[in-house]
Amino acid sequence: MTAVSVLAGVTQIGAVVVGSPLVVGLMRQIRAKSEGRCGAGILQPWRDLRKQLRKQQVTPLGTTLVFAAAPIVVAASALLIAAIAPLVAICSPLDSVADLFAVVGVLFIGTVALTLAGIDSGTSFGGMGSSREITIAALVEPTIMLSVFALSVPAGSANLGAIVSLTVRDPHSVVSLAGVMALVALVIVVIAETGRLPVDNPATHLELTMVHEAMVLEYAGPRLALVEWAAGMRLTVLLALLANLFVPWGVAGAQSGLAAVGIGLAAISIKVGALAALLAVAELFLAKVRLFRIPELLVGSFLLALLAVTAANFLAVQG
Amino acid sequence: MTATLVDGAADVPVVTRPGPVGPFVSGISTTVIGALGVAVGLAGVLGSVRSLRIGWLLPMAGVQLDIDRLGGFFIALTGAVAVVVGIYSIGYARHERWSLTTQAMLPLFVGAMLLVPAAGTTTTFLLGWELMALTSLVLILSGHRRAEVRSAAVYYAVMTQIGFALVLLALMILASAAGTDRFSGIAGLHSGVRNIVFVLTVLGFGSKSGLLPLHAWLPRAHPEAPSPVSALMSAAMVNLGVYGLIRIDVQLLGPGPRWWGAVLLAIGAVSALYGVLQASVAPDLKRLLGYSTIENMGLTSLALGTAMLLAASGLRAVATVAMAAALFHLVAHAAFKGLGFMAAGSVLLATGERDIDLLGGLARRMPYTTVLFGIAALGASGLPVGAGFVSEWLLVQSLIHVHAHPGIVVGVVAPLGVGAVALTTGLGVAAMVKAFGFSFLARPRSTAAQLAHESPVSMLAGMAAAAFGCLVVGVAPCVARPVLQATLSSLPAFDGAELSGLGAFLRLPGIDASMSPGLLAVAAGLACLLVLLLSRWGARHRPAPVDAPLWACGADELTSRMQYTASSFAQPLQHVFDNVLRPDVGVEVTHLEESRYHIGRIAYRASVADALERRIYTPALRAVDAGAQAVRRVHTGSVQLYLAFGALGVLIVLVVSR
Repeated sequence: MTAVSVLAGVTQIGAVVVGSPLVVGLMRQIRAKSEGRCGAGILQPWRDLRKQLRKQQVTPLGTTLVFAAAPIVVAASALLIAAIAPLVAICSPLDSVADLFAVVGVLFIGTVALTLAGIDSGTSFGGMGSSREITIAALVEPTIMLSVFALSVPAGSANLGAIVSLTVRDPHSVVSLAGVMALVALVIVVIAETGRLPVDNPATHLELTMVHEAMVLEYAGPRLALVEWAAGMRLTVLLALLANLFVPWGVAGAQSGLAAVGIGLAAISIKVGALAALLAVAELFLAKVRLFRIPELLVGSFLLALLAVTAANFLAVQG
Repeated sequence: MTATLVDGAADVPVVTRPGPVGPFVSGISTTVIGALGVAVGLAGVLGSVRSLRIGWLLPMAGVQLDIDRLGGFFIALTGAVAVVVGIYSIGYARHERWSLTTQAMLPLFVGAMLLVPAAGTTTTFLLGWELMALTSLVLILSGHRRAEVRSAAVYYAVMTQIGFALVLLALMILASAAGTDRFSGIAGLHSGVRNIVFVLTVLGFGSKSGLLPLHAWLPRAHPEAPSPVSALMSAAMVNLGVYGLIRIDVQLLGPGPRWWGAVLLAIGAVSALYGVLQASVAPDLKRLLGYSTIENMGLTSLALGTAMLLAASGLRAVATVAMAAALFHLVAHAAFKGLGFMAAGSVLLATGERDIDLLGGLARRMPYTTVLFGIAALGASGLPVGAGFVSEWLLVQSLIHVHAHPGIVVGVVAPLGVGAVALTTGLGVAAMVKAFGFSFLARPRSTAAQLAHESPVSMLAGMAAAAFGCLVVGVAPCVARPVLQATLSSLPAFDGAELSGLGAFLRLPGIDASMSPGLLAVAAGLACLLVLLLSRWGARHRPAPVDAPLWACGADELTSRMQYTASSFAQPLQHVFDNVLRPDVGVEVTHLEESRYHIGRIAYRASVADALERRIYTPALRAVDAGAQAVRRVHTGSVQLYLAFGALGVLIVLVVSR
């Protein structure tokens, strides 16, 4: 663990904390502009956070510690992944502490915490949202595992640093049958995991169609701020990870200086911004699918990931 | 005139009703036997082989005990479970007023379980195996007044005896082919004999571990047994099926051909997926845990199969990791499932309910049990920091590092294996969220749950010890390294492995991988602190915190019946896996008499029957029935005819054995 890697780690966490509301604001602004509205500006999520964090803390009667702790756990899980994943530099300080499977597990812990909070509220909408969320998560998690496994086969390691540094050395290694299939599968699960269209509509006001929002209906004030912040951080981290797994240009190497970290930060910001804009534009043309069509989508991406792994294994066998 | 019969069993003082001393003696002796087991087992693992022969105990064969490394591992594991369950059972037995038979049988059951891995000959092994089956049957029957218990016991008795017959046959073939019944003398057998023994042992030992297709007893017997017994069965007894597989198929007959590994891997993958799917829709808390046992034994068998397959393919280093994963998963499963069943037992004692739909809100009434069950559920869901994570991580690492090997079989099997493990983990989380969330959180759904009370100290102490075990397994798995290393060195295909990389960072032989569960937990704690710090922003401007009624989208006066239940929670999953689960769903709508446009009541009924049982067991039972009917025809009641049959039988035996 060198000084640069610590610096890179701190930069990553700071960038995710500061940048995630901006990513959400950017996506909302793009949607507003293309729908002919003028929009509230990219900074609006930050203003919302500031407003909510100054409100009174309201604890609903009958809820337990789980309800109070869930927002903290979700936000902490997103921060932990931001510290582990190679976003700004390849060698994040926690790279050897957790590999891909641990990262997926940490992501899942956040999901589980919110699900339990939804159940804990004891309302029908809370339980309904939790039930839907866990159904989606139970299919998403294996797909993430499999598709990044497909990417880890050429690298020979499931540690994210090793996967990304192989792609840096040999950019052609991801442009393969396995790589493309893994990319498609990952895109679908990232959309599902972050609750975007067509799986879930983040802007919905109709409780019956909600997934993520239904679980957090009982949250207000500072806790709601944390939940929304955490949702933004999950989206940002997953987009950044997706970008760096396939296009790791600009990421700082193992032995690099301050300038490289700066370049890395700029590169990842541009990449995440571009991906978020792409996602926002794509969402314009999509409608939310029926709840029971979602598993078909997810099972499809699971099979795609399985094919990707098999293909990667066989190409590695023959190569 | 009406006649009323009053069942006076509850009022009439029963002669065998125990005083306060009985449960204490029973529990403490269980704990002491368990502690002895831990000591002897660890001495066996880390020391040299110790032998003991008691010739007079069993006519003709004698009892032979050889405590070697492999046996020592299982003795220590069984002993550790017994120590914890013994303490727990004191309070439980007192509360449930166990009969003297049940109290006496608990330490005997533990003793029988310890005898199995200590056995040095096939006869001693079979003696221990059968004693274990009989004592556990008596323990299951301790609630014999209820019809479900009797039915579960019949299932258990029949299937365990089928398993015993298969194991008996396998060991007889083994002993006669080797010319000795000492395990240490069995070597160099013909491949045909080895294959037959392998198939028989997979079925026989698989039935004890709840592997498909001989699993049907497990989700019946585990819920109906008293909870300390369920804990012992689920955390210790099922492990001994795996012990049998490792002892016979890996140590004595191994290294086997590739298809052995592939068969075990396939059985394991199917069992794991089947178990976890059933668990995610099961409405009964203890049944859910029972299905989860099938899932975890499936994962263990998957790891075992992977190890055998990779060893046969020449990937020794990676195979060792898979074998270590299998052994470590047994340890982890013992810790979290023992705790899970004990906590479920506390819930059962406090409320008299096992149906998750009728529980809820226990977190406020039973805070300690809630935390303890939460630790067990975290372990069972295989998430980081939980007990089940490290072993699943080891298994996945071994499966994804096979690409260096040019082989079609391994190349196809490994991704499917990872897919099975990944899907199992995903669904396992859903099952455990359901079990924890709907039993302990939200509001009580029945009066029984409303009036629940916390368990007595002895039960909490037992559970706390198990929870400590879960934490150690999940955060500091390196303490098990010397034991794993020694155990692996007793297996011929895995003896040269070096596990020295399993320290604070888990680094594996022959694999580029590293993970540190302890540091991950520390980092997670720091991240939580950072978030707390971030959420202090603006705190100066906040008014004082208040408690307020639920908003519930504007609905007021919520009743607990308006909540989501566990069944409704699992409904989407049930819908997704409709084709596999084949649920029996019916909606009955009754209209009001005055107008058929007005609905009087709607009854919704859904039950998930075991589709596999319907396909396999019903035809099998029908065939047995038909066979019995056919045999009945010659049973005319004439003694002369029976004597003639007897004489004919003896004659055939004489001719064959000549």
